[in-house]
Amino acid sequence: MAKAVLMQGNHACAEGAIAAGARFFAGYPITPSTEVAELLAKRLPQVGGSFIQMEDEIAGMAAIIGASLAGTKSLTATSGPGFSLKQELIGYASMAEVPCVIVNVQRTGPSTGQPTSPAQGDVMQARWGSHGDRGVIALSPSSVPECFTLTVEAFNLAEKYRTPVVLLLDEIIGHMREKFVMPDPASLTIVNRKKPALPPGEFLPYKPEADGVAPMPGYGEGYRFHTTGLVHDYTGFPSGSNAVTHELIERLHTKITNNIDDIVKYEALELDDAEVAVVAFGGTARSAYAAIESARAEGIKAGLFRPITIWPVPEKQLFTVAEKVKTIIVAEMNYGQYVGEVRRVVCGKANVVSLAKWNNDPITPNELLNAIKAGR
Amino acid sequence: MEELLVKYFRPKLPHIWCPGCGNGIVTASVVKAIDKLQLDQDKTAIVSGIGCSSRASGYLNFDTLHTAHGRAIPFATGIKLVKPDHNVIVLTGDGDATAIGGNHFIHAARRNINLTVVVFNNSIYGMTGGQYSPLTPHRGMATTAPFGNVDRPFDLCELAKGAGATFVARATTYHANLLADLIAKAIEHKGFALVEAITACPVSFGRQNKMGTPANMIKWQRDNAVMVEAMAKMKPEQLEGKFPIGVLHQAEGTEYVTEYQKVIKRAMGSGE
Repeated sequence: MAKAVLMQGNHACAEGAIAAGARFFAGYPITPSTEVAELLAKRLPQVGGSFIQMEDEIAGMAAIIGASLAGTKSLTATSGPGFSLKQELIGYASMAEVPCVIVNVQRTGPSTGQPTSPAQGDVMQARWGSHGDRGVIALSPSSVPECFTLTVEAFNLAEKYRTPVVLLLDEIIGHMREKFVMPDPASLTIVNRKKPALPPGEFLPYKPEADGVAPMPGYGEGYRFHTTGLVHDYTGFPSGSNAVTHELIERLHTKITNNIDDIVKYEALELDDAEVAVVAFGGTARSAYAAIESARAEGIKAGLFRPITIWPVPEKQLFTVAEKVKTIIVAEMNYGQYVGEVRRVVCGKANVVSLAKWNNDPITPNELLNAIKAGR
Repeated sequence: MEELLVKYFRPKLPHIWCPGCGNGIVTASVVKAIDKLQLDQDKTAIVSGIGCSSRASGYLNFDTLHTAHGRAIPFATGIKLVKPDHNVIVLTGDGDATAIGGNHFIHAARRNINLTVVVFNNSIYGMTGGQYSPLTPHRGMATTAPFGNVDRPFDLCELAKGAGATFVARATTYHANLLADLIAKAIEHKGFALVEAITACPVSFGRQNKMGTPANMIKWQRDNAVMVEAMAKMKPEQLEGKFPIGVLHQAEGTEYVTEYQKVIKRAMGSGE
């Protein structure tokens, strides 16, 4: 049953995970993400699931991959330094195509940085953090209710495309408390991984179907399949073949890019007649809402493009915005990361301005308003 | 053996191991133990790390998982927690389990989680070509210790015992039947169980350390391994260079997954 609740973003993530059907969490305490683990330590066993606090960040990532392969939807939560430590195994989950969700509540970095301060400095790490080439899905919620719904969405995408999905919060959203109506779990769309239709013996565990994704058996289902982080062929066993390597790495990208319309989510606000567009995500979008309202009150035609899916980049939609506006302001709590992507995508169709801030303070509505005025 | 091959091995042979390597003997001992216990093949997961020994998982006909370097134990921990009724067997090497994976090893032992961990100890990093591991003898030769190893090695069994493992055993590839029996006991044991399997790496360890032919390396195992019960009766001068084999430690202790199942029952309000 739907119920009104007051909670912080981290807790909404935890509840979203339960609603999505996650029944396993493994992780390590780290500010500002710890509340995800704390709530799941209580909630998971209440629904028959398991929680374990591991000896380190790497172990947390390893355990959720193992649990997911065995057949249980799994997640971990971390922040900056922990996200760095998990990168190798996030790449493993990509290579072995193991669905899982990694919540990264961003804080100021690099290194230990400012553990209790907000930042959005892991945008590029979410895309490129692991070595090698792979497609990536990362979502960035801007509110507490969206923490809930996007956690469900993250699991759905992970299951559908057999890939790790990063939920990129920032400390603002993770610790902000808001009232919202938590949906009745029965009303949610829940996606579960495809199961093999073929019997063991005929089934090839890494042979993709038309959508680029292979069905996935669980442990104990008689398939006795092999999983490796090595380059592997359709059988799942290692292969040194150039052709196999080419096809596999390409598919790790195309199973996402070929389904981009299904994956990409964004919010377009007041963009129809806009001369200036703000691109902002996560906590920064909250200031953008206020700045655009102020700008409109002053008669300035400003709008917001909020990528909810920040990876893959909503390229088509961003390009359409660029064709209509004079200036795009990319506001982000880092030294300027996503702005490079926006410049790449819009190809000079609009003037792209960076409003970057990396001093632990959120970008204020006033700073954004001034940038909008300057960009007219 | 033909029967065991057909039943428990995938048609993936020949293996990648060098001539004279002991890893095949250890893998066969694992299979003999599984066969002795008549484990349900669909309720048995084999998890391995990275390195020569960790390639064993790919040859075996179970749900198998070849993980990342050092991480087999935490992958296995995730599996065991969501599949408490499955046998989860970890096959790993000395570098994999005690260097890069050392933290996971001691913490799994501390938790006393019901995993069977077989460490193929060849005293060297074989796959990368002979670098010293935490189990390379002091003053042993390695490509990264061209003047002799300065590190002092772990006693793996003592490490496991100290960390809280409730079943600890050691055997060699010379004592292959004992090894199979010990692995069977380890699988039957409810709690974290370690079996250290001393195995020869003639190419990357033996050659550098002038140990002679693969057969000579196995003779070295025969001549220096002593049953732990016999060792207790030996004089100090007879113990020089010898190491114990057999069950070295066995204790009762609460097992992690069993305890966590009680947590679930409590949390779900159905009591214990």
